[in-house]
Amino acid sequence: MNSTVLITVVSLSLLALVSSVILYFVAQKFKVFEDPRIDEIQAFLPSANCGGCGFAGCRNLAEAMVRSDSFEGLNCPVGGEAAMKEAARILGKVAPVVDPTVAVVLCNGTPESRPRTSRYDGTADCRISNSLYIGESDCSYGCIGNGDCVRSCTFGAMYLDERTGLPVVIDEKCVSCGACVKACPRHRIELRKKGKKDRKIYVACSNCDKGGAARRACKVACIGCNKCVNVCKFGAITIENNLAYIDASKCTLCRKCVAECPTNAIVEVNFPPRVSKAEPVEENASI
Amino acid sequence: MKTFPSGGVHPPENKLTAEVPIEVLPVPEKVVIPVSQHIGTPAVPVVEKGDKVRTGQLIARGNGFMSTNIHSSVSGTVSKIESVLDGTGFRQTAVFIDVAGDDWAETIDRDQKVNRECNLSKEEIVGKCYECGIVGLGGAAFPSHVKLTVPEGKKCEVLIINGVECEPYLTSDHRLMLEKGEEILAGVSVLMKALGVTKAMIGIENNKLNAISHLTEISRSFTGITVHPLKVKYPQGAEKQLIRALTGREVPSGHLPIDVGVVVQNIATAFAVYEAVQKNKPLFERVVTVTGKDVTRPGNYLVRTGTSLLKLIDAAGGRPESTGKVVNGGPMMGKAISNMDIPVVKGMSGIVVLPENESLRNAAMPCIRCSKCISVCPMNLEPYLLAALSEKSMFDKAAGERITDCMECGSCSFTCPANRPLLDYIRLGKSTAMKMAREKK
Repeated sequence: MNSTVLITVVSLSLLALVSSVILYFVAQKFKVFEDPRIDEIQAFLPSANCGGCGFAGCRNLAEAMVRSDSFEGLNCPVGGEAAMKEAARILGKVAPVVDPTVAVVLCNGTPESRPRTSRYDGTADCRISNSLYIGESDCSYGCIGNGDCVRSCTFGAMYLDERTGLPVVIDEKCVSCGACVKACPRHRIELRKKGKKDRKIYVACSNCDKGGAARRACKVACIGCNKCVNVCKFGAITIENNLAYIDASKCTLCRKCVAECPTNAIVEVNFPPRVSKAEPVEENASI
Repeated sequence: MKTFPSGGVHPPENKLTAEVPIEVLPVPEKVVIPVSQHIGTPAVPVVEKGDKVRTGQLIARGNGFMSTNIHSSVSGTVSKIESVLDGTGFRQTAVFIDVAGDDWAETIDRDQKVNRECNLSKEEIVGKCYECGIVGLGGAAFPSHVKLTVPEGKKCEVLIINGVECEPYLTSDHRLMLEKGEEILAGVSVLMKALGVTKAMIGIENNKLNAISHLTEISRSFTGITVHPLKVKYPQGAEKQLIRALTGREVPSGHLPIDVGVVVQNIATAFAVYEAVQKNKPLFERVVTVTGKDVTRPGNYLVRTGTSLLKLIDAAGGRPESTGKVVNGGPMMGKAISNMDIPVVKGMSGIVVLPENESLRNAAMPCIRCSKCISVCPMNLEPYLLAALSEKSMFDKAAGERITDCMECGSCSFTCPANRPLLDYIRLGKSTAMKMAREKK
C-alpha cells in the first residue's frame, strides 16, 4: 500500500479522534438544558407566529407555558381550546376555559348612511389619513377605510367591501389574533366573544358625539338615546360618552335592543330572519 | 447672491397677486374665534354668553407660558361658547360673537402716524406681546413672547427678519412690505430692543425686487437694520435655511436658532409687534392671500380673525367650478381643507384654490433609486430611506436616521419622478418618533 495514503488516513483519524474528545467535553461543559416538553407543546401550536398570544412566536409561548406555574394570562387564540388542552395534558395541568373571540368592526357607516363630504387622494394608509383629518365623511370616529387592518391580517380573514368601503371579517377564518386591533389607528376593531352558533349582537358604531351631531354625520350612528339600556333586562348595556356598549359576557342574545334601536346602530349577526319585522336590520347584518 | 448651500427646489412661483394691493374685508355679521390659534395650551375663555365685547377686547386668557391671549376681532354680543370644527374636521372650543357696529376698545391707538420711538424696557415689550396675543404669522403660530424670551445662559446676537415668502402663490408678506414698510422696520427695532441686539438682517428673495428696494430705502433711516436680497430657492423661508443663507451659521441637529445666537421672526410678525407695542392693538386681523388660477378676484385681504373662510373666498369671487382642492397655506407645505366652514385664524397666511387637474396626485410607482430626493433635501436627510422605514413601522431606526430633523418642506415629494408619497410617510414617522422620545423621558 502506498505509504502516503496510510499516513493521511492515520493522521486524519487521529485528528478526528482528538477533536471528538474535545468536542464531547465542550458539549458537556456548555450544555443547555431544554425542556423536551417545549417541543412537544410547540407541535400542537399552530406555528403561525402571529403574536396573538402576546409573545413573539409560538415557541416563546410554549416556553412560557412550561415555565409558568399556572396558565394565567397564557392563551393561544388561534389554536383555541384544542391546542390549550393538549398543552395542559403535556404539562399535567388544567387549561382555563377561555371564550373564543372574533374580530368585529365597530362602524357601519356605508356611503349611503354616511355621506362623503370630501375626497382623500393621499397615501392609502390609515395611519397617515388619520393623522391628517377626520376622514371622507363628517364622522370623526368611524372607519377611515384605507385597509390597514386588511393588510395586517395574515390569515386572509378580512377584506374591504368595495361597495361599503368597510372592512369585513370572515368569521370562519378569523383566529382572533388581534393584529387588526393593533393596526387600526382609531381602535375601531374589537375582539368579541363568539356566541352560540357564532351569533353576536353589538353596537356597530364608535361615535362619541352628542345625538344630533352623530346623527347628522351618519344615519346609523349611536345617538346615546338610552332606549337599549332601558329595554335590556340583563344590565348588559352601558352608555358612556354618548355611545352604547353591550357587554358580551352579560348579553343573552335576546335581540330586544336590536329591535329597539332607532338608528339601527345595533346589529345582529348569524341570527335566523325574524318572523314579523325588521327589514333594515338584515341589511346591516352583512358586515 | 446668498442662499443656503444644500438641496432646495424651484417650484413654479405663480405669484398672481403680487401687484394686488391689500384690500380690507368688511366686518362680517358674525365671527367664530377659536381659543387655540397657536402652538401650545389653548387659551381659557374669560367671557360668557350674552357679554358685550368691543373690538380688541380680551376674550380668552393664555393658559401658562406656552400659550397666548385671544382677543375679539369685532364688537358685539357673545352668542355662545361651543365647539367648532376646524379645517381637518376635528372639534375645538370657540367663542361665537354676533357683530354690532365696529366699536374699538379705547386703549387702541388708531392714529396712522408711524411711531418709531419705543421707551419700554425688554420685559415690558415681551409682556406686551403676550398681552396682545402675538404669534408667529409665518404659518406655525408659535407664541412670540416665548421666542423673545432668551433662555438663561444664551445670548442673541442677530435678529433675522423673514421676508422670504418662498411658498408659491403667497404674497401677503410681499404686499405688507410694500405697503407697511416703515411700520415693519419700526417693529423690527422694537424686536431688536426686546432681544438686546444691535443688528437685524432682513432676508428677501430676489423675486420681490420692489420690496427689496423699498425696504432698503427706508432702512437707511434706521440703525442696525440691513436688507439682504437672496437667490430664489425653496425652502429658503425655513428658519434654519434662512440662518444659514444670511449668517453662514448652521443650527446643529436637535438645537434651536438661539443656540447659534439667532432669533428669526416673520415680516408679518414684526408688523404685528409694531401694532401691539406702539399702537396697543392686539392681534385680531391679518393679511391673507386668496389665490388660484381660476379664482376670479385673487387678492390680499386684511381679514378679522374668526371670519368664515367661505366669506373670504366669496370676497375673492367665490369658489370656481374647477376647484379640486382648497389649501390652507402655500401649495408646498399647506394642508388641504376638508371642511370649508372654518374661521380665519392667526396662523392662516394664504388660501390657494387649486383646480382639479392640478390638485390630484399621480399614481405612485416603485422607487428607482435615483437619489433625487437626497440631493434636494435641505436638511441633508435620506427621504427615500426615512419613508421606507416609516412605512414598515421601523420608527426607532428612522429616529436614528435623524427623521426628527425633517421640517416637512416637501421638496422630496415634489421632485420624486416616481410620485412616491415620501413626505406622507416621513411625517408619520416623525410624529411617531417624537412621541416615542417624549415617552422615554
